[in-house]
Amino acid sequence: MGDISLVSLVFILPLLGVLALIFEPLFERQTNEQAIRWLTLGVSLGTFGLSLLMLNNFDTGVAGLQMEHKIDWIEADGFTIRYYVGVDGISVWMVMLTTFIMPLAILASFGPIQERVRLYYIFLLLMEWAMIGVFIAQDLFLFYVFWEVTLVPMYFLIGIWGAEERIYAAIKFFLYTMAGSLLMLLAVLWLGNEAGTFTLPEIIEQIQTGELSLGTTTERWLFLAFAIAFAIKVPMWPLHSWLPDAHVQAPTAGSVILAGILLKMGTYGFVRFNLPLFPEASKTFAPYIAGLAVIGIIYGAWVSYGQKDVKKLVAYSSISHLGFVMLGIFALNSTGIQGGILQGVNHGISTGGLFLMVGMLYDRRHTKLMAAFGGIWKAMPLFSGISLVIVLSSMGLPGLNGFVGEFTILLGSAGSEILSWWFTAFAALGIIMAAIYMLYMFNTVFMGELDKEENRNLPDLNWQELWSLIPIVVMVFVIGLQASIFFDLMDESAEALAAPYVANPNAEALVELNTGDVELAVALWAISGAVIGVVVTPIIYSGRGRNPWSGGLVGAAAGAAGNLLLLVPLWVYTPALEVDEHALPATSEAPGD
Amino acid sequence: MENFFDLVPLVVFIPLAGMLLNLFAGQNLGERGVAIIAVGASASAFLIALLLWIAQIDTGYGAAVIDAPLLGSWIEIPSAGVDIGWQFRVDTLSVTMMLVVTGVGTLIHLYAVGYMHGDERFPRFFVYMNLFLVFMLVLVTGNNFLMMFVGWEGVGLCSFLLIGFWFDKAHGEGWKNSDAARKAFIVNRIGDFGLILGVLLTFWTFGTLDYYVPGEEPLAHHAETEEADVPLFGTGVEEAEEEAHATGPMGVFNQAEIWLEEGDHEVEFGMVSLSFKTTITIITLLFLLGATGKSAQIPLFVWLPDAMAGPTPVSALIHAATMVTAGVYMMVRSNVLYHASDTASAVVALVGAGTAIVAGYIAVGQWDIKRVLAYSTVSQLGFMVTAVGVGAYTAAMFHLVTHAFFKALLFLASGSVIHGMEHGHHHLAHAHDGHGHDHDADAHDDDFDPQDMRFMGGLREKMPITYWTYLFGTLALAGIIPFAGFWSKDEILLDSLKAGLDDGHMEGYVGFGVLLVAAAFTAFYMWRQVSLVFYGKARHEAADHAVESGRVMTVPLMTLAAFSLGIGFINIPSGFPILSALFGEHRFANWLEESVTYAHGGTANLLLAALAVLVATIAIYFARSVYSDEAMVDLSQDPLEDDLHIRRVFGWANAKLYWDEFYFSFIVYPYQRAAKWLADVLDWQFWHDFVHERIIYRSYRGATDVLTEPVDKGVIDGSFNKLGDLTRQAASRVRLIQTGYVRTYALSVLFGSLLVIFLILFPVIRELLGI
Repeated sequence: MGDISLVSLVFILPLLGVLALIFEPLFERQTNEQAIRWLTLGVSLGTFGLSLLMLNNFDTGVAGLQMEHKIDWIEADGFTIRYYVGVDGISVWMVMLTTFIMPLAILASFGPIQERVRLYYIFLLLMEWAMIGVFIAQDLFLFYVFWEVTLVPMYFLIGIWGAEERIYAAIKFFLYTMAGSLLMLLAVLWLGNEAGTFTLPEIIEQIQTGELSLGTTTERWLFLAFAIAFAIKVPMWPLHSWLPDAHVQAPTAGSVILAGILLKMGTYGFVRFNLPLFPEASKTFAPYIAGLAVIGIIYGAWVSYGQKDVKKLVAYSSISHLGFVMLGIFALNSTGIQGGILQGVNHGISTGGLFLMVGMLYDRRHTKLMAAFGGIWKAMPLFSGISLVIVLSSMGLPGLNGFVGEFTILLGSAGSEILSWWFTAFAALGIIMAAIYMLYMFNTVFMGELDKEENRNLPDLNWQELWSLIPIVVMVFVIGLQASIFFDLMDESAEALAAPYVANPNAEALVELNTGDVELAVALWAISGAVIGVVVTPIIYSGRGRNPWSGGLVGAAAGAAGNLLLLVPLWVYTPALEVDEHALPATSEAPGD
Repeated sequence: MENFFDLVPLVVFIPLAGMLLNLFAGQNLGERGVAIIAVGASASAFLIALLLWIAQIDTGYGAAVIDAPLLGSWIEIPSAGVDIGWQFRVDTLSVTMMLVVTGVGTLIHLYAVGYMHGDERFPRFFVYMNLFLVFMLVLVTGNNFLMMFVGWEGVGLCSFLLIGFWFDKAHGEGWKNSDAARKAFIVNRIGDFGLILGVLLTFWTFGTLDYYVPGEEPLAHHAETEEADVPLFGTGVEEAEEEAHATGPMGVFNQAEIWLEEGDHEVEFGMVSLSFKTTITIITLLFLLGATGKSAQIPLFVWLPDAMAGPTPVSALIHAATMVTAGVYMMVRSNVLYHASDTASAVVALVGAGTAIVAGYIAVGQWDIKRVLAYSTVSQLGFMVTAVGVGAYTAAMFHLVTHAFFKALLFLASGSVIHGMEHGHHHLAHAHDGHGHDHDADAHDDDFDPQDMRFMGGLREKMPITYWTYLFGTLALAGIIPFAGFWSKDEILLDSLKAGLDDGHMEGYVGFGVLLVAAAFTAFYMWRQVSLVFYGKARHEAADHAVESGRVMTVPLMTLAAFSLGIGFINIPSGFPILSALFGEHRFANWLEESVTYAHGGTANLLLAALAVLVATIAIYFARSVYSDEAMVDLSQDPLEDDLHIRRVFGWANAKLYWDEFYFSFIVYPYQRAAKWLADVLDWQFWHDFVHERIIYRSYRGATDVLTEPVDKGVIDGSFNKLGDLTRQAASRVRLIQTGYVRTYALSVLFGSLLVIFLILFPVIRELLGI
């Protein structure tokens, strides 16, 4: 094998699987659906095995890339676009997550998917291939290609095997993410042009050594271009509108992949590109992004509680969970970043499990309305017991995986040098709210009286379902009890990522940032309130038979005033903040980083 | 015997093994097998705890930190200095808790074997019970705050599962058991919100979450040791240790002591800088929020009365003896921090005293036998919390221990009563079946409730063992000498008064006054209950046919009754006539001082003791005279309601001061309505449908329409026709989606966006390609 690295092997295997599936009819007279299923499962398990080998070969002492593989792809007058892959402590877990979730998604499709089986599994393996590509690509252009390629199989997975409104959801998913990625393409080309290369480590090195200086304005624009693409994928509030459609309409495996892996591409993108490429802009925008993340945490949890459809509830809960991930990343310290990455993995496992669960309920009853269930525990004890574990892991019970992630994120954000304490306090509210919606779901579906005739004789799990859930339960406990294993691998990389942000903060610069941007921020804040007021109030008014136009004015005033009022606490403690900044170097005894 | 300390993981792992066995094999073992495993696991854990206790005495109360076997470090992030391990701590405080949890736990397990007999989910019940022991023991043996938090939420989970054990049953109109379970968990989570923030702040203040690192001894506070009235700190060994550990890695508490002494330490936290004292006040107040959840204090006590929906052994074990005392344990564990903050201590004392009186008052107006006990538990927890607030950490722990025994006893005895009533009711139904037509009995059946004291009466003769054990529990709870409750309650009262008199803490006086009144309420409602249940004549046929429970239930009752009488002797205040010579002076305090830095023993104050007993006796006399045999013949209304003025006061107590109603109308319903509004209106109708569908999508379509007619048809169509045909052919061959609409749509998007990109990037591309 010579130069081919393990990472490349992990990457190529699913593609070989796709080829095998395409040519499968050549070997047999008639398409054998069962053979296709097992072949796909085998390929994905093989990929998982290879990725375990990769994990085994991983050197925890190295911060940078490992197991690299570099081939020149497109050469043009000084520019080289490369097939350049490798993993560091961050991406290795993303690859592991992908290869771990895929066999489960495939196994869970054995029963439900009975139409166009071959095509379905081709798309699943293509999906796996492209996602691994995203996580290992170290060339900006290569990354962009895979980023776009992931859209295609998912588009068809939703559009062909989805629920009633699948076409609408598929298009919306496609357009929404496409819109973001076009901005990213612009930024990629711009950056490549400025740096004279598309190779990520080279660009980062140029930026760190000061060889490449983008200038504040350019840097901010490029940051935003990347950030919007990633934020849509995450999705961050308020760009989440595609998510409930896509999730609810997608087939079970589609939802699992979407929530489990695809969303992580967004958070991974922030870590891989925004943080090392645009340090100044990251610092500037961190409070805003973290603010959106906190809003997302609360908003997602709150909206979840208002759902009647269990799949939609789980979908909105993703917004809340991903808010935690984003908060951790933009705490901009090693703890927060590691917490964010681990919580990404956790979310993939728990929410993946939740979607599998919902799928199993749907297969049995052909409805996702919570009101149609109740007392399922009596009818399906095994399923309910496993579901309980997954639900608890999702709402962050200590000792299970969700808690470790959330705790580490909160630890990071509380110790952040960029975020104020109230980010942590409000984010922690999300923990209460998670219990509220999760238990509401669990109570309505599994507890209470088994009073619906249709539910009385529901069959418990069959073997495919059981084995698609067991690995999840095992991982829930492994991460929950032994998170150190996971932090161990990402520690060096995360520390290197956080290094530009935690080195002795320049007191003057921070104060300048606070005073210089405060007026603008306040004005924007007030205007945003007014805009929300203008839009929302007429809607409410018109529902009540009043004149919507007068409502617009009232709403604008009320919104602006409300937002300004929210600033008062900020205002009160701002002086204290400035004093602290001067005092910081002398007394910084805070542990860590 | 120090090697014995290495056994401490077994205290957790044996119940865990029992739980796993019953979880996977319980269905095939039969009731007997399940019971042997579950009770055996609990009893073995108790034996280990006993061994640890003996080892403690033998080694001169040495403390030890033991790494958990099999598990490595839990959360370790070297670059950030985070290292949180799975470590157990053996010291006098944790051993005390272990003994109580496993001791009372074993008796209750045994009792539950009888109580749950015949339940179709018998194995599952014991899985949960053992799991509860696991988490509770993790809570009390963990050596860091995060491990405590694991136990803390874990017991909450078990509480949730056990309250909702009969999740298909309803309790009252529209209020299912599963709702009660959910309420318990969520209310607890509100408390946990405070606790976790406190833990985060603790970490960023101290850089660790360990109570003490291995080999470290609690530092005695210098200033305090010199004062005569707080005796027994320096035993020589500690002072030597002190020197040894003044440098090097330190746990939270010793670091706090040192910084407090230095006095000028500042803490950086989330872009704010605080003085160390302020930080401690914030931490302790956040911890208090946690304690109000778990230990059912104002404002979060509302979950505990509803938690009575669970089977009675659960109420006894989790919601009376052990889990609800976790908040008190946690605050006693953090006594160094609470001691350092006068503000937080005052708040703690006031919260506790307020809870004690409010719950005591509400208990007077309840008809449900378990509800009375539930409010009584809330009230007694208030006593303990007050004790923490006035700095009486020994008294708090002492009351925790005695209360665990007599309240478990009362709950189990009430379970026995309920069992007897149900038996009588079954008997009745059976008899009527035999006799054929008795419509009157059917009408009775509809509103018969085996827990409603109005249906009881005269059970003294029917259930003599239950009656006598109940009486022991009542006397202990009411604080009648020499029962256990007297000693602990008296010490709390005395310490509160002393906090006021000696240290000038206002909350000491307030606490003393309020608690004395609460003690009177306690005696009153307990004697009201005893009268209603056991005295007078049976008011329902079921009570007439009630029978005594079996031996598996009465033996634990009698054991607990013995403890309710005797356990108080472990901490006789110094100078108490005869008894202190007989049993030694405040031995429990001496024991506790080894690990609780600011614990101290009490001195006897006979005057106060006499006052407390007098108050209780008067309240009992008063209760019995109101609930006399004659008054209890007809209970269509409470005898208290005869007087027009008292009727209103009773009504408020009966309505629980409308506390639940207040929360529902001001917090729960608004939250639900807001959730519905956010989900349906803001997120869906406005953001999803209006903004995305109408504004973005339609304007996009509008623009496309404009472009299509003149531009597209004329210019672009021609050139792309060929391409389009090709794709269409390819597509129709693949036949992915029947709707041509999707295909063309996506395609036009693709080409359109490529065109736009090309135009925008033309200069860049030119440069890139070097044209």
